[in-house]
Amino acid sequence: VIGTKTCGYFLQNAMGVMIFAEPRYAMAELEEGDISAKLNDYEELKRLCLQIKRDRNPSVIVWIGTCTTEIIKMDLEGLAPKLEAEIGIPIVTARANGLDYAFTQGEDTVLAAMAHKCPKEAPVVEEEKEERNAISKLLNFGRKKEEVAAEESEYVEHPPLVLFGSLPDPVVTNLTLELKKQGIKVSGWLPSKRYTELPVIEEGYYVAGVNPFLSRTATTLMRRRKCKLIGAPFPIGPDGTRAWIEKICSVFGIEPQGLEEREAKIWEGLEDYIKLIRGKSVFFMGDNLLEVSLARFLIRCGMSCPEIGIPYMDKRYQKAELDLLEKTCQEMGVPTPKIIEKPDNYNQIQRIYELKPDLVITGMAHANPLEARGINTKWSVEFTFALIHGFTNARDILELATRPLRRNNNLKDLGWEKLVKEEVAAK
Amino acid sequence: MKLAYWMYAGPAHIGTLRIASSFKNVHAIMHAPLGDDYFNVMRSMLERERNYTPVTASIVDRNVLARGSQEKVVDNIVRKDQEETPDLIVLTPTCTSSILQEDLENFVDRAQMESKGDVMLADVNHYRVNELQAADITLNQIVKYYISKAQKKGQLPEGKTEKPSVNIIGVSTLGFHNQHDCTELKRLMVDLGIEVNEVIPEGASVQNLKNLPKAWFNLVPYREVGLSAARYLEAELGMPYIDITPMGVVETARCIRKIQEVINAQGAEVNYEGYIENQTIYVSQAAWFSRSIDCQNLTGKKAVVFGDNTHAAAMTKILAREMGIHVVLAGTYCKYDEKWFREQVSEYCEEILISDDNGAIADAIARIEPAAIFGTQMERHVGKRLNIPCGVIAAPIHIQDFPIGYKPFLGYEGTNQVADLVYNSFT
Repeated sequence: VIGTKTCGYFLQNAMGVMIFAEPRYAMAELEEGDISAKLNDYEELKRLCLQIKRDRNPSVIVWIGTCTTEIIKMDLEGLAPKLEAEIGIPIVTARANGLDYAFTQGEDTVLAAMAHKCPKEAPVVEEEKEERNAISKLLNFGRKKEEVAAEESEYVEHPPLVLFGSLPDPVVTNLTLELKKQGIKVSGWLPSKRYTELPVIEEGYYVAGVNPFLSRTATTLMRRRKCKLIGAPFPIGPDGTRAWIEKICSVFGIEPQGLEEREAKIWEGLEDYIKLIRGKSVFFMGDNLLEVSLARFLIRCGMSCPEIGIPYMDKRYQKAELDLLEKTCQEMGVPTPKIIEKPDNYNQIQRIYELKPDLVITGMAHANPLEARGINTKWSVEFTFALIHGFTNARDILELATRPLRRNNNLKDLGWEKLVKEEVAAK
Repeated sequence: MKLAYWMYAGPAHIGTLRIASSFKNVHAIMHAPLGDDYFNVMRSMLERERNYTPVTASIVDRNVLARGSQEKVVDNIVRKDQEETPDLIVLTPTCTSSILQEDLENFVDRAQMESKGDVMLADVNHYRVNELQAADITLNQIVKYYISKAQKKGQLPEGKTEKPSVNIIGVSTLGFHNQHDCTELKRLMVDLGIEVNEVIPEGASVQNLKNLPKAWFNLVPYREVGLSAARYLEAELGMPYIDITPMGVVETARCIRKIQEVINAQGAEVNYEGYIENQTIYVSQAAWFSRSIDCQNLTGKKAVVFGDNTHAAAMTKILAREMGIHVVLAGTYCKYDEKWFREQVSEYCEEILISDDNGAIADAIARIEPAAIFGTQMERHVGKRLNIPCGVIAAPIHIQDFPIGYKPFLGYEGTNQVADLVYNSFT
């Protein structure tokens, strides 16, 4: 991360205990000499990248541009290819700064940059290698020919499909298997487990996003890599997962098998959680761009949602998700939420006081103060780290969303809801 | 440019925000890009704060880069003045505003014309000072502002309080065990028959700053925050100050004797020797602990101490002088105040390390192989890796270092707490 102490302090605090586990990240901390251009950017970056090469020997270095590099107009995209050639390690440049983006959009800028680095054509099949992870095995790399042929027959013939969005390994396996059940083969994931395993992306490939905040990546894949984007709702919640698979199937002309039963079964298993939230209301203050998908799922669970705050709304990339939200609201008989882009937190708090929602999904800055005023909150960041994709993880979403309500059921009767004095509470 | 994985002291604006949000009814507005307001998250989380952190950001985005902040900062200040009616709004520059070089002073002047409350620009430079220095500077700036204002209006109170009295200067939000220390210091003052005139900045109102001169003297418990303000009050109003940290049995006695000297010079006829003896021998258990066979077993054991100036210096003296422990290395990350640290600890340890590079201290610990470490969370994790116990004595700290139970480090109860910490770390 090429930035200042301000960026470093944020990462140090936000990553919590991970910072002590020799993380594969560091600050290239800019000093006064860098700002005033007394020092040469190229030489400085070269010195630090060589140090990283010596200490860690990575297969790629990702440079994260920050507000400061934007303001002083440090030409990272220009410097990277030169330095790459000189030190022999690929350098990916992503401008993920607070001037332009919010939170999960950082992943989007990194993946958009990586999309440029994906190989253009499949390499000649290599002999079996020692190191193969579960996923690539699943994708049939390096298997004996007969086996591959046998497995190929399990798939319907369709153009190659590459999925994009960074997910934990178990979720990758899970979604890949869900598609396999429909005879759809996932040719690769952007990102992959290792930089050296980035998927081949040829002109005409199909791509589908798994997260709502990947609009730049989608654009890059369409415009620069000439892929066809499958615009679908996102596989969050059983309703979203089914819609996602159905859409992919429909693009490939496949009749989806057993999805309806599968979805119904998942809903059945969720009933113990759903009865806690049915008929209750949820308010999204908005900070990670998962809001529309989560609201759509929670509305399907029987909640109402007066407001969805969201840092940035790409109506084209999220179109299918927005349509599903609209449809869900109609079917559940609740008003469509007001979607507020770039919300003003102060005004939102006033609206929360008026609306008195049963649950507010918000950042850590507001969670404790709202709790102290008797308003249930769920910390939004957890949704970005928990496993929330696919059929089987729907339970985890509800585990998070119902936690404050379950906690309160345990504590009710104690008379401790409002824990600030009245005059302060009014503020 | 420098490669950094971890920092001990945060960026300058954190110091300013710590001071501003410690005061009651003071609001800080940061001139910063989206995301730099993570101070609110830290405060809400670590301090488990019930109220909203009175910090908002006047967002710097692409439009600001292109056209300057123009009316935005002024509007945001005036808006906050109307919404929250704070006594004071502190416009806080960040690393971003440092390089934009906008005339923030001018914005403050313009906003002042339309605001009921006072408006000031924090006079800190991101590239020159760190969190601790900035906190010290900002506290001094606010004190100076209100003393000068009262002087101009002829509102400074005449004379001193009837009984001996003190201002405690430097207790702030997110300070290591500051709340507990403050309670302990107030108790100590009650025992000594000294009235507490004002505690700043924590919980203080800026409207009361004009009353500071009524105290007989100022007590600055921490080396890092408050000295500038105390020195200003001495130079401007002839108020004596005491900067002996009452941490450990010997230093607490030294601090009390200094108080005796200072107030006797102003005509109080007090003798605290009996109190010191009674506390030392019978009330505090630390002196008895030093004598007990438990502590005897610690004799000559090796320890490494690292932290901020206040706590690392005091801890070194306690270990070496009061417990007979062999402090091989004492170190601080307060590089800017190195001379003071060396003076304080040179006779109590073999080596001194002045560094803000966590690698340097980790290497030293590995080389020395002490039986226990007293440091920050970073040293605690180094200890974990090397299987050496660590007592946390200074920031940077985690949520577990903001205990709900009463755990001062200062005063006589503090000596008990420190004895427990030391004994539990070694055994």
